[in-house]
Amino acid sequence: MHLLLCLGPGEPAVDAFDSAVERATEADDDVTVAVFGDSEDRERLTAHARDRLEGVDVPAELRELESDPASRLVELAEEEGVDRIVLSGGERSPLGKIQLSRVAEFVLLNATTTVTLIR
Amino acid sequence: MTTDSDGPAGGFPTPPREFTDEEGREIGVRSADAAETETDPLCQMYLDFDPADRAQGIPPVEEESIRDWLDLILTQDSFNVVAWHGDRAVGHATLVPDETGAYELAIFVLDSYQGAYVGTELVRSLLGLARAEDIAYVWLTVERWNDPAIRLYRSVGFETTDSQSFEMEMTISLAG
Repeated sequence: MHLLLCLGPGEPAVDAFDSAVERATEADDDVTVAVFGDSEDRERLTAHARDRLEGVDVPAELRELESDPASRLVELAEEEGVDRIVLSGGERSPLGKIQLSRVAEFVLLNATTTVTLIR
Repeated sequence: MTTDSDGPAGGFPTPPREFTDEEGREIGVRSADAAETETDPLCQMYLDFDPADRAQGIPPVEEESIRDWLDLILTQDSFNVVAWHGDRAVGHATLVPDETGAYELAIFVLDSYQGAYVGTELVRSLLGLARAEDIAYVWLTVERWNDPAIRLYRSVGFETTDSQSFEMEMTISLAG
C-alpha cells in the first residue's frame, strides 16, 4: 500500500508520524511524507522525518509543502495515487477535548482516498 | 443578561447553593476545588455517564483514564462545581485555564438529570464563581449539532465567536 504521511507542527503530530512509520515498516508499505508548517517547522520536521526513516526499510519520498498545506495534501494524494492519507488527529484543549486541526478537517472532507486519523 | 436575586456576581449565583430541579429533586451545588474526597463520587458519575453524551473525546471511558483526566482538571488553577443529589454526584462543570489567562468551560450532567435545568444551574454557579475570582473571559467549544448544549450556553449569555469548523466556539465576557 502507498501511504501519504502528513507531518505538521505540534507534538501529537510528531508522535502520530512516528507510530505511522512503525506500522508502515511492519506492513511493508511505500510512503510519501509531506512536511508542512512555517519554514522553521519544516526544517525541523524534515530533519526529524529523515532521522526517523533512516535505518528502517521503507521506500520513502519526502515533500515539503510551503503553503496551503490542507489543499496541497489532498492534491498530492491524488497526484501520487496514494491509497491512504495518514495524519494526526489533532491537539487537546486545556480540559482535554480533542480539537481537530483545520488541516485535518479539510483533508477529511475533501480527500478522495481513505483517511486515517491517528490519536 | 438576566438578573438574579440570589447572586451578587453579575447576575450569576455563587456556590454553595441549593435548588429544586424540574423533577422536584433537591440539588446541591458545591465548589469542588482540592477536596480529594470528591474524586470518588465524581469518578463514579463518569463511570455511569451515557456514552452518547460524550463530547470531543471526553469524558474518557475507562476508570483509569477517567482518574487521569480528573487529575488534569481538578487542579489548584482550575475551578470546579459539582451538583449533588444526596451523596451522589450528578453533574460537574469545570473551568480550566488556557495559556492566555482565559478559561475553557465544560459541563457534564448524568442522563437522568438532563432537561431539568441542572446543567443551567451548574453553569450559572460556575460563572458566578468565576466572576467572584475575577476571571474575565470564558470560552468553550461545542459540536455544532449539539442543540440542547448550544441553547443552554446561549441562555446564560455565551455568544458564538467561531462557527467555521466542526466544533463551534462560544465565549462570554465577565469583566466590567
